[in-house]
Amino acid sequence: MNTKVGYGIALALLLVAPFMIYPVFLMKLLCFALFACAFNLILGYGGLLSFGHAAFFGGAAYITGHVIKVWGLPTELGLLVGAGSAAALGYLIGMLAIRRQGIYFAMITLALAQMVYFIFISADFTGGENGLQGVPRGYALGIFDLQDNLTMYYFVLAVFVIGFLIIARAVYSPFGQILGAIRDNEDRATSLGYDVDRYKHLAFVLSAALAGLAGSTKTVVFQLASLTDVHWHTSGEVVLMTLLGGLGTIAGPAVGAGVIVTLQNYLASGPLGAWVPVVLGTIFVVCVLAFRRGIIGELHAMLKKSF
Amino acid sequence: MLTDLLGIPPQVLFGQLLLGLINGAFYAVLSLGLAVIFGLLNIVNFAHGALYMLGAFSTYFLAKYLGVGYWGALILAPLIVGALGIVIERYLLRRLTGVDHLYGLLLTFGLALVIEGIFVKLFGASGIPYPTPPQLTGGINLGFMFLPYYRAWVVVASLIVCIATWVLFERTKIGSYLRAGTENPQLLQAFGVNVPVLTTLAYGYGVALAAFAGVLAAPITQVSPLMGSNLIIVVFAVVVIGGMGSIVGAVVTGLAMGVVEGLTKVFWPEASATVIFLVMAIVLVLRPAGLFGKSA
Repeated sequence: MNTKVGYGIALALLLVAPFMIYPVFLMKLLCFALFACAFNLILGYGGLLSFGHAAFFGGAAYITGHVIKVWGLPTELGLLVGAGSAAALGYLIGMLAIRRQGIYFAMITLALAQMVYFIFISADFTGGENGLQGVPRGYALGIFDLQDNLTMYYFVLAVFVIGFLIIARAVYSPFGQILGAIRDNEDRATSLGYDVDRYKHLAFVLSAALAGLAGSTKTVVFQLASLTDVHWHTSGEVVLMTLLGGLGTIAGPAVGAGVIVTLQNYLASGPLGAWVPVVLGTIFVVCVLAFRRGIIGELHAMLKKSF
Repeated sequence: MLTDLLGIPPQVLFGQLLLGLINGAFYAVLSLGLAVIFGLLNIVNFAHGALYMLGAFSTYFLAKYLGVGYWGALILAPLIVGALGIVIERYLLRRLTGVDHLYGLLLTFGLALVIEGIFVKLFGASGIPYPTPPQLTGGINLGFMFLPYYRAWVVVASLIVCIATWVLFERTKIGSYLRAGTENPQLLQAFGVNVPVLTTLAYGYGVALAAFAGVLAAPITQVSPLMGSNLIIVVFAVVVIGGMGSIVGAVVTGLAMGVVEGLTKVFWPEASATVIFLVMAIVLVLRPAGLFGKSA
């Protein structure tokens, strides 16, 4: 019951937030929150550290940008095409990566994502270093003009809520329980008769698709897809967001994304602008050494202690 | 000649082969360092690329501030960076004993961001040239190609270091401890060997290997803060291809992948940036444990 009240309050805050905070910043925050939640599905619940999620986020960003700008598809369809292509890419990368475990899984996803990065650099439609610019925002459902930031914000919020509900549904379903069992003890899950590779693969594809949805939405908001989106730094950032917020907690990654995006925005305008990677790296080190449960994880632990 | 039949002048072919061999030498030394570290710590050292970069920068600093030339740096830079590695292991990585090994990867990733971030801020992203040592300038015309002395030296020096590492691990007392530590650290500890110190030394040694590669690279690639960040991802792919089980495997795979990359530059230049990743994908399908890995 408490969690439901909590989510209600959070949703209410998100509904009124654009009247107090710059909507474009909030939209960026929501896109990365969805990205981190999708990533958490595979790391927090599946126990698999993917270091290549930028391929799905950035790949979908480019494809959505292309189909909206060049093919003239409506915005919603563009998002679906982006998420779908991320799912297809996730199917391929996942098929290769789940052949190995642990550290090898991380290295393989990183290497394959780097390959995707090089392909996007040399492909004609991506615009190389300039990125894919001037993607029109279009109309939601054919009537609401997304050029208006407030309308665009509610559209992004709707996408985020849908994505978040899909993730929550997956985590609390029997599928999510089996995934957790595989994470905790893979041999045991195998001995109970579960085809663990199939479950991991499915979780990977789902995570990739939703990461793609986040990237596609980001393209529509900023009307731009760039190499930053597919670069491995982005893969690292989403790991940090998830870790900072709390691995394997449903809301943690969104909180972590909020902190990191706010921090980046704040630092970028100040004298510390050039130090952003150093600050992020330091947070990484501190999180790993002293704060492995993350913000939400620590809160949970504190609540448990005091009641 | 065969090369003429394929429409490629031999100078181009052998030139790229040599470049490939040099890149392969770097892959070999770097993946060897990763394998040494992995053996005892069970973590993948994400900071390897950043420490390789520090090796090159140490070379540059030694020349600029202390007047120490290339040959001195070849000894000193690995020692300096190796000492830094010992500090990192002792005060940071040591705290993660008993925690999921993925956290070790994340910690070293964070360190790489910090180290590279600081150097980008201080020196910009562009490179600083470092002169080729005077003894090795120039080259020799072999008839079918021109061989610069320095490039030949890079390959030879890398092979010497790889062979020395093999001798250290396979033919010495401390090497037998290191191998035992890889196999079963608890048992080794029970026999009275100080395993934590051994682990620290292994990390220091692996890091020193990275710095050694950095010194070798300084006259070739320029000294730049991000020289290691893309390289390390390729080295990860090399490690996946070869498996981290053996020293010989790491070295052979490294050299072979460099040559494959060089040949791709000749015959299909567009794919040269991705060919190693493609090979990795194929190996994962056919032989998931890696070419030299023991199947799980």
